[in-house]
Amino acid sequence: MSTPLRAIELPELAASEAFRRAVDIAAEHADDVDRQGRFPVEAVSALRAAEALSWGVPLEYGGAGAGIDDLANATFELSRRCSATGMIFAMHQIQVASIVRHMADSLWFRNYLKRLAREQRLIASATSEVGVGGDMRKSIAAVTAVPDSVDNLVQFEKKASTISYGAYAEDLLTTLRCNPAAESGDQVLVLTHFADMDAKPTSTWDTLGMRGTCSPGFVVRATCLADQILPVPFAAVAAETVVPVSHILWANVWLGIASDAFIRAQNFVRAQARQNPGTTPPTALRLSELSARMAEFRALVQGATQEYMALADSERRAGLSTIGYAVRINNLKIAASEAAVEACQGALRICGFAGYGNAGPYSVGRQLRDAHSAALMIANDRLHATNAALLLVYREGK
Amino acid sequence: MSPTESQTIQSQNRERVRQIVREHAGLGVAFEKVDSATDLYRAGMTSYASVVLMIALENEFELEFPDAMLSRNVFESIDSITNAIESLQRVNQ
Repeated sequence: MSTPLRAIELPELAASEAFRRAVDIAAEHADDVDRQGRFPVEAVSALRAAEALSWGVPLEYGGAGAGIDDLANATFELSRRCSATGMIFAMHQIQVASIVRHMADSLWFRNYLKRLAREQRLIASATSEVGVGGDMRKSIAAVTAVPDSVDNLVQFEKKASTISYGAYAEDLLTTLRCNPAAESGDQVLVLTHFADMDAKPTSTWDTLGMRGTCSPGFVVRATCLADQILPVPFAAVAAETVVPVSHILWANVWLGIASDAFIRAQNFVRAQARQNPGTTPPTALRLSELSARMAEFRALVQGATQEYMALADSERRAGLSTIGYAVRINNLKIAASEAAVEACQGALRICGFAGYGNAGPYSVGRQLRDAHSAALMIANDRLHATNAALLLVYREGK
Repeated sequence: MSPTESQTIQSQNRERVRQIVREHAGLGVAFEKVDSATDLYRAGMTSYASVVLMIALENEFELEFPDAMLSRNVFESIDSITNAIESLQRVNQ
């Protein structure tokens, strides 16, 4: 059994004054974060001040017991201003949900969640690995017992191809084979503290977009208690939480980026209309087309969020481990990542050179560059390959 | 059907499932250590191999798994697959 993600109905967390302040701060520094490719330290500090890093933690452990709809809404609001801040918030909440939903009766993880809420600790993740070809469900590195240890210690060393905000987080969730003899897919998640481990960057992060997530490769080495291994196989954590929550929250990041681009395009069209009162500028038609695409995009994301909420905490939870759900949640990721780029390109066509410029109120360059990361975070071709196989047995629409 | 007959059919089904798992689950030499309760995914069955296995089972037993049954827990062991097939056979009778 696991603890439900949603504790009680709460007023909308994203409407709180402290969170609105974090959103404003994210907006203020977004261009600088992008230009310098630096961690959005101001916005993440403001999220800590709003205690937003523990929103997904149940009330009994000092969090806000937020549901995925609250988290999705907050991710969207942040990403409309600063996609890096939105993505960092989203990734952190995915790690929190993995612990909350799969810690079973682990005392160590219960105490950890209380500490997270008290200290507003940020969790990064090391699911990628050099040599597995981008497949999150395979690991090379393994949990190994420390010989002759009296405290039940384990150790591992992993070459992660990317750890987002790894240099700025307090804690790390790592996928590993459960023992040195285990198959590559027989994985567990291990939570360790950066203060107690050795983590060395192996590359730099100077990218087209999503520059503020600061996601270079790392080699991580750690020794920790066996209690720090999440007590459920990663296969179940992935199917029930990591994959759906990632795709839903990422889709909200991309929807936020696309909405930012749309609003800039709309402002541009309105400014044109004001110059010639009484006439509708030609770009207004393109804006209307874009508006229809945005409506589709929002419906796609909202539908997926609602389906997950209906399944996640109920007796229908087994539905999350079906092939049909895997196909649908992969489709969300593919469709949302493509819709984000199309929306930003549509906004660029409307704004013209005012959109192509890197500065000014109609610039959509940052949004377009950020949106292009969407198809690469778990490559869409990999998801198409998976769905192609699954559709050999799953009869969609039947 | 007497309880003995029913047990015989069950063990025949399990043996047919075992043969199909041997041929289609992609476990190679790891199959040697698989008994009817072994977690096939932990033994190394990939999700692609599980799809191939599902198709082979549908062909062998001339049935279609409904979508609600297309889940990891149904295909995780020879026992769980046998149980699923027998529940479908009971429905079809």
